Amino acid sequence: MELKENYLLKMEKVSKSFYGNKVLKDINISVKYGEIVGLVGENGAGKSTLMNILFGNRIIHETGGFEGKIIFAGKEVSFNSPFDAIDAGIGMVHQEFIFIPDYTVTENILLNKEPTKYNFISEIFGDKINLLDREEMKRRTIEAIKKLDIELDPEMVVKEIPIGHKQFIEIAREIDRKSLKLLVLDEPTAVLTESEADIVIKAIKKLTAAGISIIFISHRLQEILNGCDRIFVLRDGAIQKELVPTETNPREIAEYMIGHELKKGNLKAKETRKINDTILEVNNLWVDMPGEQVNGVSFKVNKGEIFGIGGLTGQGKLGIANGIMGLYPAEGEVKFKGKPIHLNNSKYILEQGIAFVSEDRRGLGLLLDQPIFKNITFTAMQIKEKFIKSFLGGMIKFCDDQAMIKITKEYIDSLQIKCESEKQLAFELSGGNQQKLCMAKVFVLQPELIFVSEPTRGIDVGAKSLVLDTLRQYNRKYGTTIIMVSSELIELMSICERIAIVDEGQISGILPPNAQPEEFGLLMLGKKIEEKEGSVYK
Amino acid sequence: MKEKIKKIVEIIGLPRIIIFFFIGSLFVIAPIVGVRIDSSLNDVIVRFGMNGILVLSLIPMVKAGCGLNFGLQLGIIAGLVGAVTSIELELRGFMGFFTAIGIAIFIAVILGFLYGILLNKIKGDEMVVATYIGFSSVSFMCILWLLLPYKSPNMIWAVGGSGLRTTISLQGYWFHVLTDFLKINFGSHIVFPTGTILFFSLLSFLVWAFFKTKTGTAMAAVGSNAYYAKSCGINVNKMRMISVILSTVIAAIGIIVYQESFGFIQLYLAPLYMAFPAIAALLLGGASIKKASIKNVIIGAFLFQGILTMTPSVMNNIVQSDMSETIRIIVSNGLIVYALTRKIERER
Repeated sequence: MELKENYLLKMEKVSKSFYGNKVLKDINISVKYGEIVGLVGENGAGKSTLMNILFGNRIIHETGGFEGKIIFAGKEVSFNSPFDAIDAGIGMVHQEFIFIPDYTVTENILLNKEPTKYNFISEIFGDKINLLDREEMKRRTIEAIKKLDIELDPEMVVKEIPIGHKQFIEIAREIDRKSLKLLVLDEPTAVLTESEADIVIKAIKKLTAAGISIIFISHRLQEILNGCDRIFVLRDGAIQKELVPTETNPREIAEYMIGHELKKGNLKAKETRKINDTILEVNNLWVDMPGEQVNGVSFKVNKGEIFGIGGLTGQGKLGIANGIMGLYPAEGEVKFKGKPIHLNNSKYILEQGIAFVSEDRRGLGLLLDQPIFKNITFTAMQIKEKFIKSFLGGMIKFCDDQAMIKITKEYIDSLQIKCESEKQLAFELSGGNQQKLCMAKVFVLQPELIFVSEPTRGIDVGAKSLVLDTLRQYNRKYGTTIIMVSSELIELMSICERIAIVDEGQISGILPPNAQPEEFGLLMLGKKIEEKEGSVYK
Repeated sequence: MKEKIKKIVEIIGLPRIIIFFFIGSLFVIAPIVGVRIDSSLNDVIVRFGMNGILVLSLIPMVKAGCGLNFGLQLGIIAGLVGAVTSIELELRGFMGFFTAIGIAIFIAVILGFLYGILLNKIKGDEMVVATYIGFSSVSFMCILWLLLPYKSPNMIWAVGGSGLRTTISLQGYWFHVLTDFLKINFGSHIVFPTGTILFFSLLSFLVWAFFKTKTGTAMAAVGSNAYYAKSCGINVNKMRMISVILSTVIAAIGIIVYQESFGFIQLYLAPLYMAFPAIAALLLGGASIKKASIKNVIIGAFLFQGILTMTPSVMNNIVQSDMSETIRIIVSNGLIVYALTRKIERER
């Protein structure tokens, strides 16, 4: 009994499925009073789902709830909404700051929970008309700031505060609540510099002295090691390992994050192919894609190769493909078949024989309200003037529906697109079949280089391998160079010749697919750790 | 059986079925209150021919994702300038009619181009801004109608005045040149305006054919998914620009056909509210802000004009007072509100 009392939070055998897809399996996590627990894992490992369960987010209830037990402060709980969780004493600090920029620090911290003073009009209109108690507000702000042991002027307007300090306002807002027992920090340091992050770590350590427990989510392993008392490593919806920082190192954590079984998969013999002509050369490419910024990458891709680009979400791997295709403003030098090509002009790029299967199938890849055959042939018609009947010496260019339908039927057969007919509307198809549609659209163009971005996102396992096989076959049959961008390392390892890992908008290293998983893990988590460890992967 | 009816209702759309039965019932009541069915039917056909092209003019902009053209008045202004210029030149018959169209197209291209530049800068808010462009351009033209140096005595204010009159008769110029072209008489009260209907059919065919061409499909792709279009290397702004110019040009032609059939050119504030009935008709035909087809134009123009012609005559005979305008306004504005607020069908 006493042992139980020691724990503030216990999540026992927590499982969760989304539409029959199991995303969390028997998770057991415990947090002691005044303890900092680290939670690490790749994107999609289940960290956010786990936190959504803890907070009773609506999405969890709407998708059928979860299995397992949550015991918080000695009582079994199941929150119906985040407000219940907040009332019970759980706070959350998000990665993105949400403030009213024109308000002062004090006003932001105490927003909607301001202490008030009575005045006579309140007699008539009720408490809502009470005056703010400015003195008390300031006192409480200073108290909260003191707990964090930082310098922050409570009267300063938030928009004038440097970004590193804004994170503290967010934390101060949470700790101002008297009832706070558990604070969840979701990548609080993601946008901070290393020294700023150090201050955050120090500040949260201070909090534990007041008996507040903390769940700390971060991709920066060094912080996790410095700040936490215990570390849970999550992979594929299951806890892989519980570690104690004093007895581990970044390499071990990375290994648990990425997984062992990958090694087996790679033993599969790869045919060695002679590939040496450079087809694409990228020098110092900068792309301004919101959330996927690219800060000067350089790489070369050989003709006929399948080149992989991996990395964590938000590090810029998507920006590379989107930037070269002219969908987001890009700068730098890109040479295709030895000739420099103009950036920021999608049409020109397509005409050069470079094509793109977008990660955003529904938003950008398809005309959802149009039939399949239009979707497949549209780009080829616009760019290559295929499927067109010309009249009056090219003055009038009519679409040749018959030719379009004919080629569509061929692709429906060869890619096994499941549909009623070639005239079915695109939005009626399943995710996997929509992806095949996107690929068919690109194949019709007969490009020399294809960018494929997150080809397996949001489609089921069977369709995944089919998509990958299709890409491989197409590559072997026509010698088309493929650059595949994916968050799923295991997929990259299964079909790529070389894999570049992107971190913070730059390529942190290029590895062969049979490299050790932890090497990939370390590259994903940034160069800074490597330097500290003294290892070099370049 | 029940399922079948349900399905038919779903395909045609409940609003259209209700309106259809409403018009049907009006035709039943008509003889009882002493309104001739044949002349009513004739009115519906004639007004369909008059207004059809104005409704058709909305199609390119809807297809390109610019929304309903609440700035239809710009096209109408181009048409008006074309019409008065052709009269100033003392051209008569088909010569005058086609000269009017030629001049109108020229001006519509210029106005449409400027209109397109503006609409490309305010993507997402086209319809609100267009409404005010329409209103303000009509008011601006009120000044120009007075100042433009037209001299024909048939058009300027009488007794030594200057500036154009509010209403200019087309009698003796190109009144009914289309309407009377190959016209067919059925009995004493029905005259089928073959020329007008043929002209409408021709334009409808051209618009339909345009959306089968490379440029047309590119335009439809822009309306369907602008990001997709951009990723296919289509110049989204250029396509939107072409759609706006096309819509303006067709509207300019539309108003000239309208005048030809009506017999008068109406200047000053007359075009102020011309956009609403056209838009209401298209929506009544089953179009939405994002989707419209020639089928919607034909069904919509017919039903809408049906209401407009039948309600006044029948209602006035029943209640012995003029209810027609009230009903017309309720129906046309109500339809616009309905279309703007409803969720787009099947959107996921």
